[in-house]
Amino acid sequence: MNTPKDDAWLYTISSKHKLIDFNFKEIWRYRDLLLLFVKRDVVTVYKQTILGPLWYLIQPLFTALTFTLIFNKIANIETGTVPPFLFNLAGISIWGYFNKCLTATSDTFKSNAAVFGKVYFPRIIVPLSIIISNLLKFGIQLLIFIAFYVYYVVNDAAIHIDSSVVFFPLLILLMGLLGLGIGMIISSLVTKYRDLKFLVGFGVQLLMYVSAVMYPLALMREKLPKIAWIVEYNPVAYIIETARFMLLGTGTFSWFGILYTVGVTFVILFFGIIIFNRTEKTFIDTV
Amino acid sequence: MSVILKATNISKQYRLGLVGTGTISHDLNRWWHRVRGKEDPYLKIGAINDRSAKADSDYVWALQDINFEVQKGEVLGIIGKNGAGKSTLLKILSRVTTPTTGDIKTKGRIASLLEVGTGFHPELTGKENIYLNGAILGMSKAEIKAKEEEIIEFSGCDRYVDTPVKRYSSGMRVRLAFAVAAFLEPDILVIDEVLAVGDAEFQKKAIGKMQDISKGDGRTVLFVSHNMAAVKSLCTRAIVLEHGTSVFEGGTDEAVSYYLRNKEEKETVNFPIAFEKGQILDFKVLDFMGNNSNLLLGEKCTFDLKLTIKKPQSIKINIRYQLFDKDEKLITTFNTYHHDANRILETEVQNFKCTIDKLNVSPGFYDIGLQILDLNNRKILYQTEGLKEIIIETGDVFKTGKLPSRQNLGVFLAEQSWEIF
Repeated sequence: MNTPKDDAWLYTISSKHKLIDFNFKEIWRYRDLLLLFVKRDVVTVYKQTILGPLWYLIQPLFTALTFTLIFNKIANIETGTVPPFLFNLAGISIWGYFNKCLTATSDTFKSNAAVFGKVYFPRIIVPLSIIISNLLKFGIQLLIFIAFYVYYVVNDAAIHIDSSVVFFPLLILLMGLLGLGIGMIISSLVTKYRDLKFLVGFGVQLLMYVSAVMYPLALMREKLPKIAWIVEYNPVAYIIETARFMLLGTGTFSWFGILYTVGVTFVILFFGIIIFNRTEKTFIDTV
Repeated sequence: MSVILKATNISKQYRLGLVGTGTISHDLNRWWHRVRGKEDPYLKIGAINDRSAKADSDYVWALQDINFEVQKGEVLGIIGKNGAGKSTLLKILSRVTTPTTGDIKTKGRIASLLEVGTGFHPELTGKENIYLNGAILGMSKAEIKAKEEEIIEFSGCDRYVDTPVKRYSSGMRVRLAFAVAAFLEPDILVIDEVLAVGDAEFQKKAIGKMQDISKGDGRTVLFVSHNMAAVKSLCTRAIVLEHGTSVFEGGTDEAVSYYLRNKEEKETVNFPIAFEKGQILDFKVLDFMGNNSNLLLGEKCTFDLKLTIKKPQSIKINIRYQLFDKDEKLITTFNTYHHDANRILETEVQNFKCTIDKLNVSPGFYDIGLQILDLNNRKILYQTEGLKEIIIETGDVFKTGKLPSRQNLGVFLAEQSWEIF
């Protein structure tokens, strides 16, 4: 019997762990699992439904329609030269992506407790798969947005794409990372504090109203200057505002806003990974 | 032979009262008590636990200082009764949770066999689930593809691979889950009690497959089970856990018998036991001398039961003893019914004395179960499978002075005579 030296061991299961234990090599080894999770999420949601993936389109279309009727026709929110429907559709699609990333990620530990309790794989795979599968769904929604865009351009609406639209994918990535970060923090806390589950439900809804989804940021500054700071300090609002600037040429673009958002996103993501890492080791004892 | 896995000083501590009760208000209250120097108000819940040997009673050590090494190609059995810490050890081994102290070093990838259909998505087909489950267990897509046909064949679910798993029977799910894991090629495979499921045929197939895995491919297996027969036929070595500590480590047969002997004594039954229409005042098992001691193979013994029955005239009573072995298998029965001894009682207090002239049951540990039935109303008045534990020791059953050994005796010994021409 020869005991090998310590360096011959493949890995160690230990009581001690590092602050950030992020094994990229291992995540890469599980890339097939990531893809299968994405496939599962996309394929199974609307199984045994008649309309199937069309539901991905119906939701934003009808929400945009409702918003247009209520906020623009009844409440008379001005969207400038941009058709209100297109304005809302852009906001809702992007907000929807953030919303899905956040809510689904925040449920990671609880909804996967059965599998997590039986077998090991890098837990981060699950939130990553959520971000990716929702990105696919967002892609489908973007197609319908483009279709309406073309329709309005043909009908001489005063909209123009800003050249900065080449950075649009980066903006969406930022949105996904922000949702991921917040979601990971919540998912870790919710293993202990179930209250958060309820908070997330309506908290996200309230967040939408301060995220400049159905109104331009400038309008907020004009009508409610006293509380406009709530929107101005909300990184989600900057992303949505910037996205509309890129796609529709409306609204404001500020370098400060973008840098602020990037900063906040990475701080949140950083903390999200730390706390997620801590939780994944022992959450099965508390969930 | 080389060491593939080495566990040193593994301990796992659970805090009572904290886990699962965590809400912000509780934590704030706890903090407030701590600030004022008072004790935690929530720890009183469930704080009493006889397993808290290492610290004060607010902690439970599910595992304490476990040390072991596993050789490459070895099938190590981990046995112990419920709550001994087997599952906790497995959880640590399969990296689901981390130990409180100590570490486990391994030279190979560890994969654990999923329990019934965990990780299966009900909406996906059998085939899609093979891929998903395989990937969860750590296989790459290419690896699964190479094994796909073998897996399907082994599971015996050929016809259903394109049907969503939600329409599978539970047995089919187990087969499929086992098949995926069996074709997994980790260096170390961890299996927990899954063989308890599935029909006899599939269990046999599964045990055979596991023997192939460990013997043929030189894979290392850690096998956790209550099923002593499976442990005996599969494992090359075993560890016995008790109250979170390792109490025995060695050959399978020795470990199994150690486990059986040390299976903690049943809680002593306190007489009288009340049931619907009366009370059991006393129950004794007496040996051939009329003493309350271990029984001897081949000798006379007596089961002595004393009851009191309310309104005895309305009841036609039937007494049935059942003898269970340590695998909870029913060995034999002793029944008043077979002896036309069911009767309507005349007095409230009655003695039932069952004499067994020749006890021919193989030596070992047994539990006596009792059923009291009312034949008039066709009702079970009382039943238990563990009224008393008895030990039958080997004896001179054939009056030849040749004592049968415990091994390879079977369940009972028939009276017999031999003629040799």
